[in-house]
This record gives sequence, structure tokens and C-alpha cells, in this order.
Amino acid sequence: MNLLAVDALDVRHGLLQAVRAVSFNIERGETIALVGANGAGKTTLLRAIAGAHAATGGRVSFNGADVTHMPAHSRVAQGIALVPEGRRLFAKMSVEENLMLARAAGRPGAWTIDAVMEAFPNLKARRNARAGTLSGGEQQATAIGRALMTNPELLMLDEVSLGLSPLAVDRVYASLQTLLNSGTTIVLVEQDLTRALRVAGRVICMLEGRIALEGKAADLTREQVTQAYFGLNKTGAGAAA
Amino acid sequence: MIWVNQIIQGVLLGGYYALIACGLSFMFSVMGIINIAHGSFAILAAFGLFLLADQWGVSPFLGLIIVVPAMAAIGWALQRAVLERSSRAGILVPILSTFGLSIVIDNLLFEFFGADTRSLAPYIGSFSYDSWSLSDDIEIGQLSALIFATAVILLGGLQLFLSRTELGRAIRATAEDADTVGLIGVNARLVNATAAAIAMATVGLAGAALAMRATFDPYAGAPQLIFAFEAAVIGGAGSLWGTLIGGIVLGVAQNIGAQINPQGFFIAGHGIFLVILFARLFWGGAGAAFLNSLRRSA
Amino acid sequence: MSRQSPIRVVRWSGLSIGSVAVAVALTILLAAGPLFLGANAIDKLTTLFIYVILAVTWNALAGYGGLVSIGQQAFFGLGAYGAVRLADAGVSVYPALVLAAVLVGLIAWPISVFMLRLKAGEFAIGMWVVAALAHLLVNLDNLVRGETGTSLIALNAYAAETRHALTYWTALGAMVGLIGILFALLRSPLGAAIQAIRDNEDAAASVGVRVMRTKQIIFVLAAFGVALAGALWLATTITFQPRTYFSVQWTAYMIFMVLVGGLGTFEGPILGAILFFAIEAWFGATGVWYLVGLGAAALLFALFLPKGLWGWVDQRLGLRLLPVGRWLKIDETAPMGTSKSTESGST
Repeated sequence: MNLLAVDALDVRHGLLQAVRAVSFNIERGETIALVGANGAGKTTLLRAIAGAHAATGGRVSFNGADVTHMPAHSRVAQGIALVPEGRRLFAKMSVEENLMLARAAGRPGAWTIDAVMEAFPNLKARRNARAGTLSGGEQQATAIGRALMTNPELLMLDEVSLGLSPLAVDRVYASLQTLLNSGTTIVLVEQDLTRALRVAGRVICMLEGRIALEGKAADLTREQVTQAYFGLNKTGAGAAA
Repeated sequence: MIWVNQIIQGVLLGGYYALIACGLSFMFSVMGIINIAHGSFAILAAFGLFLLADQWGVSPFLGLIIVVPAMAAIGWALQRAVLERSSRAGILVPILSTFGLSIVIDNLLFEFFGADTRSLAPYIGSFSYDSWSLSDDIEIGQLSALIFATAVILLGGLQLFLSRTELGRAIRATAEDADTVGLIGVNARLVNATAAAIAMATVGLAGAALAMRATFDPYAGAPQLIFAFEAAVIGGAGSLWGTLIGGIVLGVAQNIGAQINPQGFFIAGHGIFLVILFARLFWGGAGAAFLNSLRRSA
Repeated sequence: MSRQSPIRVVRWSGLSIGSVAVAVALTILLAAGPLFLGANAIDKLTTLFIYVILAVTWNALAGYGGLVSIGQQAFFGLGAYGAVRLADAGVSVYPALVLAAVLVGLIAWPISVFMLRLKAGEFAIGMWVVAALAHLLVNLDNLVRGETGTSLIALNAYAAETRHALTYWTALGAMVGLIGILFALLRSPLGAAIQAIRDNEDAAASVGVRVMRTKQIIFVLAAFGVALAGALWLATTITFQPRTYFSVQWTAYMIFMVLVGGLGTFEGPILGAILFFAIEAWFGATGVWYLVGLGAAALLFALFLPKGLWGWVDQRLGLRLLPVGRWLKIDETAPMGTSKSTESGST
């Protein structure tokens, strides 16, 4: 049985249809890179799976159960976690408090505050600092740690490297590697194609709200992904005709 | 000595203002809503206690066991039925809807209880006027002291609740970013309804304090809203300890004003509110720093 | 250029030209009212005109300026008080009504500098504090004698019939004048700024709209209008009791009229005032239940129909009698084929 099944999902922002009839499945333990240009609908798709944005059509099933109309907090309790774009930490609260909040999900497990501190050693010294005073890398680590505290079965990461220095990105990915090795199911939105292809087992490329390309990372060339990314194959075919 | 007494009485009165401001300030800091019907709800609670005492001889202190939970339930319902929908429609709609609600409450109270001015003082025996004498000129009313202590305990308790408990953290997080709390498993609707219930429970206490220490009538809600608002703003909206200082500043200013001119009580109160408000708006940094230093030294 | 483009910007429709013509004709007819209407009808209409002024100015403030004030009774009371003071100082009564409103408008300018820095709910109750303070300060004036109040005795110089007619004409003139000023203002470049602020204050500021100055103009205009209404109310009742004039009930009426009629629509508040006038005539005698009904109606409209009755009509029919916005018409015969009519900067 698939862990996550997305079936003909439609999501709108007012008049704009951001996600159009998207379908895909995720097996337990997979790592998937979701790529695409800005505005392709990646963030909206993740938010709709997490329940932060209501779908206008289609179905999302998790562990075989229909969660399409479930509010976000209940989906977290089912095991879906999203590290949102822009991190969205509670800036006035401490790192520890940000992490403790996730206990509301009611999913005890391997991830505790101490485990997060072990996975992201740069947070140890900042445990009682207000989240608003952290560096970008520390904030991202806290945001990922906060999602992990819900002990998710599916972890979705939206643009973890956005706004971080290359050094901080390396550090975040080094920590993520532990996670990847542990067998957690992960969906990753990443602008850096090289990195995405290196980490992921499977790649889904979105273009204008639709899936333009999907396949095993090992089977795809960088060029194929780039073409899907910019919609080049489509215009190329048009020019040939 | 008259002045010293006026200031002491002002500080004690400030305890009442802090108590009535507590719920308003709490609701504003958590949900970003200024509940215009706040004062009317305090009067509703006062009439509830009056009814219990007058009809069934229930002591007002005992009556709180019924009225405070009832007010909490009203707060829950208010959030679900009115505030939630209003705040989704924009920042102006909650003002309009709660103002409409205040008119409904005031006039329904008038319909059922008439225009008579009431007080709970007759139902609490000599406690309403018993006092400790500090000197010939200075007396501290026991009821005033109890109200002041209640305000301090309530504000302190809320502060602890917000910083130390899981629900308190969830309330603070929801206040900061109601969209994101859902992503970490917090039910924002439940949290907001709980916060509204807590705010309205404090309004129940404030209504009791008002009804015991003074008189009230169905239309007494509006001035209570204004006093609560002034105390909350003077203290820096959303800061609980600031609310206590705001209440004290307001109470002291009113008592000093009353000493100067018979009409000076209210004029001085509104005056100090406007002066502090504008000082903060125009010399924002310096004013806030001054108030922060006050808050720290308190 | 415009001849080649299939898209035209239209400010008038046939219906709206017709309705403005009807409005002008109605005004002329109303102006002749005292010639053929009885004293009772004249008094009733005067009251209606005052309600329209209250509704239209509160709507300008809240619907266009995004400023919900619960303290407009401050200006209502000050307008009446100013008229009492000016008449006492020897100014002829009817000029004194208008002059009082002008003075209140002048006072409103410095008040706006302070109050407009407050946001949403803080502004709302902050204005209430201003009203409470104004009430207390007016009570200090020996002429007013506290809550006992005083009268505009100078009015007794006129015969009753003359007085009613003069008050009627002043109220009619004030109402038409204020609606006219507002109509012109909203159709001027400033009107576009006002509507931009209403839709999104930050975005308006970012495209160069002077938000503060624009809001100040609305605030002062609203204060002037409400003060004029207060002075006119004084002319109809003669007695000035501060408690009555500085009552928050006036603002409650304004909110009811605007919410029911249509917040942020031009025609809505006028409709709301007429409805309020009728409801008061029918149910006013029921006293408390009437007030409960007003409050409940305001609550329900705020929750379920925040654009009021006119907003509802407008949404379904696209009806604009007094158009302050622009229609974007896409020509049906144009090669683009699709025909579409949308409007921007709606009323």
C-alpha cells in the first residue's frame, strides 16, 4: 500500500488554478525531489497535502485513509509534517518552546528535544534563545526539528536552502543525510537541481500546475529535467511542427 | 496627607481597572480582537450574581462558582458564533459585530432588570465597608485590597500559565501565527475558543468586583469598556503586567483629578490616557523605554 | 487610440445618468416642499435629512477611509454646543449652525493628526474616549449648566412655521451639499486614492498615495458633516442636553444605517437612512426591543451581509445609480470576440 496517494488534485488561489489534476503516489521510505520553476505550484501542492490550503477537487489519501477534508492539525496527528517555506518559526518564543509546541500533535516517538539537538548540534547553544534572533541556518534547523518532533511518517520540506549561505545549506543537508539514511519518507522541494538529483530516489518536475516529468533520479539526465523545468520540450515540438 | 490617601486609594482602584482590563488585553493579544461588548459582558456577569443573591440568597462569592464558568462558556460560544466569523471578514468587522452585540446585551438587561441602579454591597455584609486604618486619614478598604490582590494573582497566574503550560504556549503561538500552528498539530480553533473562554472568565471576576465595590445599571458597560481600554493601552496593549501599571496610573490620575475639581475624576482619567497615548505615538522609542523601565522596576 | 482599442473606460451608464437626473429633480421638488407640505411632514423630512447626513458621513469614514469610529457623537455634540455658544455670542442663528460645523471641522484637523495614528479597534474606542472627554469639558461651561442643559432661545425669534421651513431648507441644503461634495470627491483623483486605501492601505502607499493626508480629509469632512447634523438636530429640538447629544446611540444609529444599507457603497447609506427612518417610525415606540433589534440587525449584517442591502443588489445586478467608480467595457463587436463587462474602483 502506498503511504501517500494524490489523485487528480486541484487547488486554487482565488481565480488562479495553482495545481491542476495532479496525481502521484509515494511509497514508504522513498525520497522524492519536487522541482519546478517559481510559480509552478510546488508550494501550493505541499500545503494542500498538509491541509494548510483547501483542495477544490481530487483526493489525498494517507495510509489508505482519505484525508482530503481533514484540517491540518489532524493530518499532523496522522503523521504528515511540512516544514513550510520561509520557515515560519514563532519568533517571540525560544527554540525549545518552538520544539515543545509540536508535542500537541500527540505523536511520541524517537524524536525528542534532545534527539533534535543531537541531529542539529548548532542548536545546542541556542536552546533558550528567541527564534527571531537565530541565524538563517539555525532557524532552518529549528523548523526541521519542530516538524520532526511530531515524529512524522511523511516529512515534506519546502525550499530548505532558500536564503541560506552555501555553508549553511551544506550543514542543513549534512543533518538531513542522517534523516535520509534512517528511512523516513521525504518530499523535498529544492531549486538546486544537482543537489536534488543527488539526494532523491525519484524526481517529480512541475510546470504550470501540472506534473511535466516524473521518474527515477538514476534514469533521468540533468538535461531532461531542465527541459521539463522550463517547458522546453513542448515549445521545441511546436517549433519542429 | 489627603494627597497620600488619594494616591493610595487610586492605586487600589487601579487594581479594579487592571482586573477589568485583563480580559480585554488578553483577547487583544491572543486574537487581535478588541471586544467592544467587553464592558457589557462584565455587567451581564454582575446581573447574574445579583439575580443569584436577590432571588435565591446565594452569596456573591459563592455565586462566582456558577457565574465564572458560565462566562467562560459564553466566551467559548462568542468565539465560535461571532468572533471567528468576524475576524475572517477583515479587521473592521469584529468592531462592528461586537458593537452590535453590546447594544443587544445592554438593552436586554434593561428589559429584564429595568433602569434601577444595583449593587452587590448589601449581600456581602460589612465586608463592603470594613477597612484597616493606617492613620487618621488613611484607611484601606478590605474589599479594595481583596480586588487588588485578585488582580495581581490573576495577572501573575495568567503570565505563568502562558509561559509554563502546553496550552499557554499554544495560545502564544496561535497569537503569533495562527496559520502555522496547524502544521505542527495545534488546533487553532480550539485554542482560540479556549482563550476566549479564559478572557470571559476574567470578565466574570471583574463584573463581580465592580458590583461589590460600586453600583451598576444595564448601561454601565460602556464606561467599563473605556476604563479597561485605557488601562490596557496605558500599560502597553497586550502586556499583562503593563496592564496592572496602566490600571494604577489611571486610578491615581482619576483620584488626583477628583481632588482638584468635582468633575476632575473622569477628565483626568481620559486626559492621562490621551497624553500617554500621544507621548508614545510621537516619541515612540523614548516613551516605550520609559514605560519599560517602569515595568521592570515594578 | 481609444477608437482602435476594444476596451473603453466608462464612468456613466444610461441608467446612472437617468438616476442623477431624477436625483436633481427630486431635490428641486423637495426644495419646494414647504410650499405644499404640512408642518408634520416638514419635520419628519428634516429628521430624515439629518439621518442621511449621519449615514453618508459615517460611511465616508468607515466605508471609504477604513476608519471605524465609535465616537462620532463627539462632533454631533460639539456641533450643537458650538451653535449654542455662537448664538449666545450674538451670531444670527442659521449662520451659526453652519459656522459651528465649520469650527468643529477645524478642531477635527488637529484631532485627526493624533487619532489617525491608531489602528482599527484602538481608533474605534480612542474616538469614544474623545467623545467622553468632549462631553465632560462641555459640561464645565457655565452656559450649559452641566447635564441640565440649555436651549437655543434665539430660535424663538422666528414664527414656528418660518422656523420649521428654514430648518428644513438648511437640512436639505446640508444633505445635498454633503452628498454632492462626496460624489465629486470620490470621482476626483483623490477618490481613486480613497478607494485604493480602502482596498489595500499598504499597496496604496506603495504606489504613492498619501494615505495619511487622504484619511485626514475624510476624517475632517465626516466631522464637519456630523457637527452640522448635530447643529440641525438642535434647531429641530431647541433644547441642548449634553447627555443626549454626546450619547453613543448616535453612532449606533450611524452604524445600523450604514451596515444595513451597504458599507462602502455610495447609494447604500442613503437607503439605510430611509430604512432606519421607517423602522423608527414603526417600531420606535416599542422602546427597548426596538434598540435590541437595531443591535441585532447590525450584528447579523456585519456577520452575514457585510456589504449591506445595496452591496447585495449591486453584486447581483451591477446597479449603479450614482457611479463613483469606472466600468471597464470590452467592445462586443471587436475582433477579440468575447464580450465582457467588468468594473474597477467600484462604489
